[in-house]
Amino acid sequence: MKPIHETRVVVAMSGGVDSSVAAALLVERGYEVIGMMMRLWSEETVAGGAHNRCCTPDQMADARRIADKLGIPFYVLDTKDVFRGTVVQFFIDQHRQGVTPNPCIECNRHIRFEYLLNNALALEADYLATGHYARIEQNAQGIYSLKKGLDDAKDQSYVLSVMGQTQLSQTMFPVGEYPKPEVRKIAERFGLPTASKQDSQDLCFLGDNDYRRFLREHAPDVMVSGPIVRRDGQVIGEHGGLANYTIGQRRGLGITSADPLYVIGVNAQTNTLIVGVLDELGGRELTAKRVNWVHGAPPEQQFRAGVKIRYKAQPMPAEVTVLPDQRVHIVFDSPLRDITPGQGAVLYDGDICLGGGLIERAPQPLDGLPQ
Amino acid sequence: MTRRSVYLDHSATTPTDPRVVEAMLPYFYDDFGNASSAHGVGRRAERAIEDARETMARIFHCQPKEIVFTSGGTESDNLAVRGVAWAHRERGLGAHLVTTSIEHSAVLKTVQQLTALMGFENSVLAVDRDGMVDGEVLAYALRPDSALVSVIYANNEVGTIQALPQLAAHTRQKEVLFHTDAVQAAGQLPLDVTLLGADLVSISAHKFYGPKGVGALYVRDGVQIAPSQSGGSHEGNLRAGTSNTPGIVGMAKALQIATEQMEESTALYRRLRDQLIDGVLSRISDVLLTGHPQQRLPSHASFVIEGIDSNNLLMHLDLKGVMASSASACKTGNPEPSEVLLAMGYPYPLAMGSVRFSVGRSTTEADIAYTLDTLVAAVERLRKLRLQPSAV
Repeated sequence: MKPIHETRVVVAMSGGVDSSVAAALLVERGYEVIGMMMRLWSEETVAGGAHNRCCTPDQMADARRIADKLGIPFYVLDTKDVFRGTVVQFFIDQHRQGVTPNPCIECNRHIRFEYLLNNALALEADYLATGHYARIEQNAQGIYSLKKGLDDAKDQSYVLSVMGQTQLSQTMFPVGEYPKPEVRKIAERFGLPTASKQDSQDLCFLGDNDYRRFLREHAPDVMVSGPIVRRDGQVIGEHGGLANYTIGQRRGLGITSADPLYVIGVNAQTNTLIVGVLDELGGRELTAKRVNWVHGAPPEQQFRAGVKIRYKAQPMPAEVTVLPDQRVHIVFDSPLRDITPGQGAVLYDGDICLGGGLIERAPQPLDGLPQ
Repeated sequence: MTRRSVYLDHSATTPTDPRVVEAMLPYFYDDFGNASSAHGVGRRAERAIEDARETMARIFHCQPKEIVFTSGGTESDNLAVRGVAWAHRERGLGAHLVTTSIEHSAVLKTVQQLTALMGFENSVLAVDRDGMVDGEVLAYALRPDSALVSVIYANNEVGTIQALPQLAAHTRQKEVLFHTDAVQAAGQLPLDVTLLGADLVSISAHKFYGPKGVGALYVRDGVQIAPSQSGGSHEGNLRAGTSNTPGIVGMAKALQIATEQMEESTALYRRLRDQLIDGVLSRISDVLLTGHPQQRLPSHASFVIEGIDSNNLLMHLDLKGVMASSASACKTGNPEPSEVLLAMGYPYPLAMGSVRFSVGRSTTEADIAYTLDTLVAAVERLRKLRLQPSAV
């Protein structure tokens, strides 16, 4: 092991309190710390400024001041093209397939723990550190585990479930060891700004908050109107493009009905939106694809795990069966209402994140119906 | 961690010579007066300013009254271009301005503003691959209503030195005023206006070991210009605002020192610059020297490196203590290709991969050797990074 003062760590800084504290803690521990911010792609707004909400000039200036205060160099990495080509393109493509993507997962997969990490390593850094609330532990056999952040309410392991052994061995999450109020106190102790920015900017590349407008402008083909049908195939209305809807959505359907109707599924091939009453919503099963195993392999062919189907959901007990081609089949103990294709299905053994994939097949409302 | 520190960004700015600082000090303390005041401490400040003007006039081979003190190169360029344009407008004369595609933004943006807001017309002279302006091209662009031609003496990005006397001969023949931005040239190249043939010359003190925030504009006697900043009657009614006495004294001292040791320092610069150029061209593949190979600033070595993003390169160099610069890099991670390189005919990807090294009085051969080793290693690492399997 290198001595700490010869260990170089690149910290991904956002100007916010979490990454600032991450940097401060590493400086205090004696690491050779370099601050870095990624300049991400954002669409041009009407006002002409294209500023990704994760890296506005103000946030950049904040991060630069904080780095200066901590006495560390600070650089901005131009990440626009690769971000546009991966995360934003993925967002569009997924909507084209009629699913609701989670861009943060893709960003961690391709941008933070690939592009940024590679750039950090090229700068002869030993580690990349971020302000995520998660923990990395190494056991006696040298195996790394990804654990939930100490502060369960802040835990971000869901979006980090794409990480593997190599990445974990090159990553640090300094604030994951603290509850959020403690992080604020540390910020105060270092004289850093403590005001919390908005937690997560899910769709940071939008010029405004309207992803539907974004898709209309950048991918008009995904916003084609089509039929709204009941589970039995009965056409009861017209939708303005599948991307306008997500599973469980009730509002904005433009249909009058005795019982409230919810979006229960889509068929992207036929551009059909399927609605039903509350009882028809959800189910107990899903399959997930592109599954990453944090330990490099699943614990067993079939095992029990807690499964999170959304960033803010609780892990729900389920039986997991490993399928070929990086896929898994998951059966929950009790039905869930909002299993949404495109979102992550992330598997936990208690505090330990085993890995995760993208929900590909939710309970199928049209199963058994003529296509 | 102790690391070597090699400053090779003297084209951006230079440290202030201790002798210059010493010359300035009295004008912060005992002789702090306002040069416009009628009392003793004011007179002492005024005397210092007029002494400085005389010193500078000797170097420019002009009359003291032809030197106008400003806040720096950008203000000098603004005053020259806007001042001549407005004075022409005032007298109902021509409204045609001629610049080049490699001017500094202080000239370029001023001309653009005059064009956009005030109805002036603008011709932009093309340059060749070395960044040279052709006298014939200039002559062809001149019109009966041309008011001013502005050509940069030595370009800040690629170091190319223009043949000012030849260019000025064309403008003189057509009775068009000639301005040159000599900000990079001052301290390394002659400023003798009788040789240059320019009617207006901009300089800035901090490029030749003087203080920041002070500059000068030479305005040939008889040239009509309007003040671009209004207020008091300072500087012959051309530049309103209380005179920056310490800055002006410092600039004159710095220019005097730079002129006295010009032969010696430029010989050193050339040797170090050539050591750097030879090393880069021989040790790195797919790299080009930008700017004219011979007619270039003694201190200036600039390159484009294939497959390299300048932003990243500067980061890598900085972490090794090597301080360089690039026109395409940007502190906010939003690099744009160098307009100068595009104008010189370089394709977009190369115009994103420029790097500039500029040596100075304290640079040593060991610094250059270290820089070369560092640069070679950084380019290798960055090219390898680029080859890594990319996302998706």
